[in-house]
Amino acid sequence: MNRFDYERATDVAQAVGLADRAMANAAESVAPARFLAGGTNLVDLMKEDVECPHTLIDVNRLPLRAIEELPDGGLRLGALATNAETADHPLVRARYPVLSSAILSGATRQLRNAATNGGNLNQRTRCCYFYDTATPCNKRTPGAGCGAIGGFTRMHAILGASAYCVATNPSDMAVALAVLDARVRVTGPQGERTIPLLDYHRLPGDQPWRDNNLGAAELVTAVDLPPGDFSAHYTYLKLRDRLSYAFALVSVAVVLARDDAGRCTDVRIALGGVAHKPWRVLDAEALLRANAPDRALFEQVAARMLDGAVGLGDNDFKIELARRAIVRALEQAASGRPQSHTDKRLA
Amino acid sequence: MDTSTVSSRGADPGALPVTLEVNGAALSLTVAPYVTLLDLLRERLQLTGTKKGCDHGQCGACTVLVDGKPINSCLKLAVTADGARVTTIEGLGTDGRGGALQRAFIEHDAFQCGYCTPGQVCSAAALVAEGVAFTYDEVREYMSGNLCRCGAYPNITDAVMDVLRQQPGPDT
Repeated sequence: MNRFDYERATDVAQAVGLADRAMANAAESVAPARFLAGGTNLVDLMKEDVECPHTLIDVNRLPLRAIEELPDGGLRLGALATNAETADHPLVRARYPVLSSAILSGATRQLRNAATNGGNLNQRTRCCYFYDTATPCNKRTPGAGCGAIGGFTRMHAILGASAYCVATNPSDMAVALAVLDARVRVTGPQGERTIPLLDYHRLPGDQPWRDNNLGAAELVTAVDLPPGDFSAHYTYLKLRDRLSYAFALVSVAVVLARDDAGRCTDVRIALGGVAHKPWRVLDAEALLRANAPDRALFEQVAARMLDGAVGLGDNDFKIELARRAIVRALEQAASGRPQSHTDKRLA
Repeated sequence: MDTSTVSSRGADPGALPVTLEVNGAALSLTVAPYVTLLDLLRERLQLTGTKKGCDHGQCGACTVLVDGKPINSCLKLAVTADGARVTTIEGLGTDGRGGALQRAFIEHDAFQCGYCTPGQVCSAAALVAEGVAFTYDEVREYMSGNLCRCGAYPNITDAVMDVLRQQPGPDT
């Protein structure tokens, strides 16, 4: 691990100011300063010399740990609330169980107890070439090339990849936030703004070192969930190489609502493990709206969601796996039988 | 705390003041910012019951309780634990013959080499205290962050289930 300056911030303005000064005059593709919260990803990356910040700004003392109801009936998840606190929160469990389920399907109890909501959104890819400093990686070193293309690609993207990067976003939480239409609240040198979750993460394009649209020195302060009760019809179906503590090969988050006649009035589907960001296809969801759910329709939705999917060799199977997972997840959600994260048998 | 006293600058940064309660003892230390809680426990405090396995948060050998919750001490910079209450394996079962979990691990032969055992017991202690897992499947899921290269999982799970059965259930 490189030596670094350590600054402990006590309020948001001070943290952003410290980052702003540290970032001044830095090239866009390197991060001379990083905010430190739970550290479960950042400290690991620093041990591997993948991240070598000159300054760590410890934000753990900032008053961003609350999970509280908003005046409109929504829920604000503090950026420093841990993943475990969020998944176990009574209001999250009651109204947004897809979020609890997604969080609890990821990592381990130890990691979820330390990892924060802000950190979860900003975690880096687990692409093994990104981690291995002996191989080229455009995300780690712009212009170096991509070791994954032509390499081992079992965990890599089938959608939205580029000639520069085929990495996937590893978060389960973000996939659930994508179907909840969450909004990310950030504060930077220019003040506060809100970014819709779907616009938060980026596709790699020709700038794969940019994981998200957060500006330099901007700090995530909260994630806001819109009001609603998404407890009747939801699921988070995660398929992986081990039954616990593994990243998704494919995951599917679904929330839907049905009217008295059984027709879908609202349906939202997001995929994890397949792209550089949570993957939603709004016109695929529209195929279900105002229709009674049935398997033939689910097959059409799955096909539409996977339009343009391309395998890289080792991960070709993920296209068919994703197709079947979408159909199964829609069946689970429509029938009110969400996937359990402890009973591993498919619901 | 006055932030002017808790910043550290330079290529070889000076140590920062850190106050910790470790296994019931209040400690005031100075710690360099790059030192992990794991290294602080083992190298400075000589609490070598906590093990360094992978040092990357993957194996769980370094599991300790911070404010009662299990975390990977290898991924926590010690300066970020300032003010925390830390419990290591040395702080569990202080009656000199081990607590109920430690006795259950022995009874069920829940280890072979024993390297993962301190982390397993710390995770299990939190599981029992938090009352979040009751079935075999739930115990396995809750403890999936503690790897056992010897493959003693069936006996580890049996040991934890044994202690859980002695606890009041969720509805009692």
